[in-house]
Amino acid sequence: MYVAVKGGERAIDNAHAFLAEERRGDPLVPELSVAQIREQMALAVNRVMAEGSLYDPDLAALAIKQSRGDLIEAVFLIRAYRTTLPRIGASRPIDTADMAVCRRVSATFKDLPGGQVLGPTFDYTHRLLDFALAAEGLPPVAPTAPVRDEAVPHVTGLLDRDGLIEQALTDDTAPPDLTREPLELPASRALRLQALTRGDEGFILGLAYSTQRGYGRTHAFVGELRIGTVAVEMDIPELGFAIEIGEVEVTECETVNQFKGSKTEPPQFTRGYGLVFGQTERKAISMSLVDRALRWKELGEDYDGVPAQDEEFVLYHCDNIQATGFLEHIKLPHYVDFQAELELVRRLRSEAMALREAAE
Amino acid sequence: MSEPAARKGWMGLLARAEAGRLASLVPDLPAHQVLRAPEVGAVMVQGRVGGTGGPFNLGEMTVTRCSVRLDGGVVGHAYVQGRDRDHATRAAVVDALMQTDDAPRVQADVLAPLRAEEDARRQTRAAKAAATRVEFFTMVRGEDK
Repeated sequence: MYVAVKGGERAIDNAHAFLAEERRGDPLVPELSVAQIREQMALAVNRVMAEGSLYDPDLAALAIKQSRGDLIEAVFLIRAYRTTLPRIGASRPIDTADMAVCRRVSATFKDLPGGQVLGPTFDYTHRLLDFALAAEGLPPVAPTAPVRDEAVPHVTGLLDRDGLIEQALTDDTAPPDLTREPLELPASRALRLQALTRGDEGFILGLAYSTQRGYGRTHAFVGELRIGTVAVEMDIPELGFAIEIGEVEVTECETVNQFKGSKTEPPQFTRGYGLVFGQTERKAISMSLVDRALRWKELGEDYDGVPAQDEEFVLYHCDNIQATGFLEHIKLPHYVDFQAELELVRRLRSEAMALREAAE
Repeated sequence: MSEPAARKGWMGLLARAEAGRLASLVPDLPAHQVLRAPEVGAVMVQGRVGGTGGPFNLGEMTVTRCSVRLDGGVVGHAYVQGRDRDHATRAAVVDALMQTDDAPRVQADVLAPLRAEEDARRQTRAAKAAATRVEFFTMVRGEDK
């Protein structure tokens, strides 16, 4: 129950001024610029764009500065901002086969067209703190090698040729949009993917990990993980044709999963899919595992009653803005609710005491 | 009206261009009338399930659009990535100019440098990625003799 009371205005104003000062930190230390955050905290920026569901690196960097590095608060700021933007339209689906890849690895095939390209990865680093970064130095320079003009086809396409993997056939049905209509269950795969790609990385990671540990095993291999930029095309009504309106960096993960076959399908590999804004590899892999686990019904698999198979559990709890909103509201004044609880406990106690006295 | 393919090409190039660089290449705009004032909005970017299947909504991106008419009557449109209104206006004016007799000059002074710089940026990034390509070689095969 909510009751309007007054009296907090001065305290609130001063709290916000205190916050602003704390945000700035020690004034003797140079202030961070938004461009510095965008360039040097790029993976935080990517996460805020992915979960904020808005691709704009400058805005995400600004949100990180404003939120003092609290990434969920930054996602909240981006989500709030995006509601103020008019929707100009929808793009054509991006073509990830045509990605300019800076990283592309496959855990299933060693030699494959386009090769294994490690890109700017943390893999194979020793995870030892590098104290050299604590001092300012010259900008490092990455080596280069001649670019081979060869296609980088999807790995799943190679399996598809032999009929060993389920097909993902193109269709152009307009997808549901959970930013426009409330989430309703059962959800189509398209709707689930939208919810997962903007879902909380930690939550999706935890669910994906649970499937690996046995809570709904789907035996995933990373068929392919690729990171790079893709063109975004949109049909422009006043022109009568489509133009590129920009490009976005995305991470795509395709898992290849064991499948014993069902009444209608022969034994073959099945697929899980992850596609996320930015360089967000942990999230994309997690998303593809959870996507695959959620497909049990469509593939005629058993329901093991595990969290990652439970569409309602996953989709209604993966959004960190919904979650944080409901969770954190309980710290706001609930004086009247609590007053009622207090009255109730007092009355029950006095009744219980009276009964005990009567018994004695 | 120009060939859609060519116009597609320059409109995309202008959309991807860095706003500051475009401003330095086109510091002064010819006389024009604003038909649609620069408007910042969002475009829902779609992906495909499994990379090739049906579409799904991946998330939005910021886009600014603008339409102008030159004094001669030629109309130019722009849809550019980001929230920079000047970028959109400039791109719309360049789109209009490309449909006039000024096209060869604009092509040489504005589009050609933008294209060359974009190609160089992409090439550099691709070359760095190429240097991280794994060249496997077999050290020992574990077969029995």
